Amino acid sequence: MNWIAIGVTFKLATLTACALVVLGLPIAYWVSFSRWRWKFLVESVVALPLVLPPTVLGFYILVAIGPDSPFGRLYANLAGHPLPFTFEGLLIASILYSLPFAVQPFAAAFDQVDRRLIEASWTLGASRLRTFVELILPMSAAGVVTGVVLSFAHTLGEFGVVLMVGGNIEGVTRTVSIDIYDEVQALNYAGAAQTAVFLLVVSYGILLSVYAMNRKVGAVWPQK
Amino acid sequence: MAAEMTVDIRKCFPGRLTLDVQLVLPVAPPSVLILFGPSGSGKTTILRCLAGLERPDHGHIHFNGETWFDGRAGVHTTPQARCLGCMFQDYALFPGKTVAENVAYGLADLPAGERAKRVKETLELLKVQSMEALKPAQLSGGQQQRVALARAIARRPHLLLLDEPLSALDAPTRARVQGELRHLLKQLAIPSVVVTHDWGEALALGDRMVVIGDGQMLQAGTPQEIFNRPKDAEVVRIVGIETALEGRVRESRDGLATVDVAGVTLHALAEVSVGPDVFVCIRAEDVVLACDGGGTTSARNQLRGRVTEIASMGALVRVSVDCGFPLSAVVTRAAVDDLGLAQGLSVTASMKAGAVHLVPRRDAPAPTTA
Repeated sequence: MNWIAIGVTFKLATLTACALVVLGLPIAYWVSFSRWRWKFLVESVVALPLVLPPTVLGFYILVAIGPDSPFGRLYANLAGHPLPFTFEGLLIASILYSLPFAVQPFAAAFDQVDRRLIEASWTLGASRLRTFVELILPMSAAGVVTGVVLSFAHTLGEFGVVLMVGGNIEGVTRTVSIDIYDEVQALNYAGAAQTAVFLLVVSYGILLSVYAMNRKVGAVWPQK
Repeated sequence: MAAEMTVDIRKCFPGRLTLDVQLVLPVAPPSVLILFGPSGSGKTTILRCLAGLERPDHGHIHFNGETWFDGRAGVHTTPQARCLGCMFQDYALFPGKTVAENVAYGLADLPAGERAKRVKETLELLKVQSMEALKPAQLSGGQQQRVALARAIARRPHLLLLDEPLSALDAPTRARVQGELRHLLKQLAIPSVVVTHDWGEALALGDRMVVIGDGQMLQAGTPQEIFNRPKDAEVVRIVGIETALEGRVRESRDGLATVDVAGVTLHALAEVSVGPDVFVCIRAEDVVLACDGGGTTSARNQLRGRVTEIASMGALVRVSVDCGFPLSAVVTRAAVDDLGLAQGLSVTASMKAGAVHLVPRRDAPAPTTA
């Protein structure tokens, strides 16, 4: 088994999931609570990675972070090297690719919170931020954990975007799924099988814990 | 500026309702204002405007010198800035938090020690201290109501807003809690606005009352005034015709109470202990009129009196009878013709003890409850 590739994959998935908590919670809050008429425009953009082929998404990200784009040039000037085919570039791509897997469960959980409770919190003098941290977040805990775990698990298995944006650099951007592909290309089916089983077991274990947790949480706080 | 709240707001909901109300509520001394009306009349929306949860289209809300809303100047303060105590119709208790945490929620500004002390005091005041570690789902409706009220008053709000405070309770609990709530509002001395469509609640709690119909103010006055003298047919439709008199319970035994009203003795059902000072309420449609010598009937109350006024209300006729106190009766036009009712005629008005309702009076001491 290629432990280096496994290490890169878990680092990428962990950082992606963390970044999506920071980025996804405000987006989900806005999606759930905004009364803006054109809100659906933003919702559709957030959901795009669900339906877009990873190669298409990867291609646009590659162009957007490449040295010909203003953002890519700015990064290259600051960091001294361009973004494509680096771990940072891969991380940005992963965050965008897994965005709906975090934002949609978050927003769905926020939608379930009774608006009357939120208004009650406001009339008790709690600011919007305190209401979010003390009331909305605990009541949406299951949805938030689901979003984090799904984006983590989704990043574990990404292939097309990694290939487009990260390439295949050992110890930097070669993830488990790429490693399996390489092994098969090299007709090393035994090696591919080992890694594949590992990924299967880990992914299944993660989903198992998410579904088990959602059931338990559902039993403690039954929906009205 | 005077120690009062002045409200003059308009809000239009296209196709549904246009809200247009002007209210004045004295803040010192504090008083309780009742917003009375059928469901859908806009009274909850008025409360939400006062709470800052809803923004009126035009007008202003001034509270004790503070501007909470001014449509022209574009001022609209947040609910957080108004220092309110709100109790919602379904209580809106936080389900994941214990009773004590719910009550402490509005006290974040206080230091921890003082906060704990205030929570304890408030829970004791509402007699729910034994439930402080329970979650709302483990409480009965009446207990939830107390906890919601405790949460609303714990932060010593400048204004208390209660939306149908007793409507989620079953009838026996409601009758008991009504007396307690009246006593509590008096004890707290916080200016309050109470939304209700229950005449018992209105009489028991209110100093002043405004009748709302389709977003408009139809009549303002004391609850007693409005129930006894509804201004027009529209108000009659909303509040019903009610004889509401101040009385004193002389004796209460076997669920039957004897009450003195202006020197006349009435018999009433007394389902709960309501204290000696009461409002005696008799709905006009429960009063049966007969010409003198009506004979023996099962009705416990038979009062001799004289017709003072006959007023038509469409198919029905409202007859006012002076039987030591003014009593209203509603009868059909045919009954007026059959009895030959006319001003000055002597009649016997009768009603069953069950038709005489007793409501605790606001200036009375608290009833002792178990």
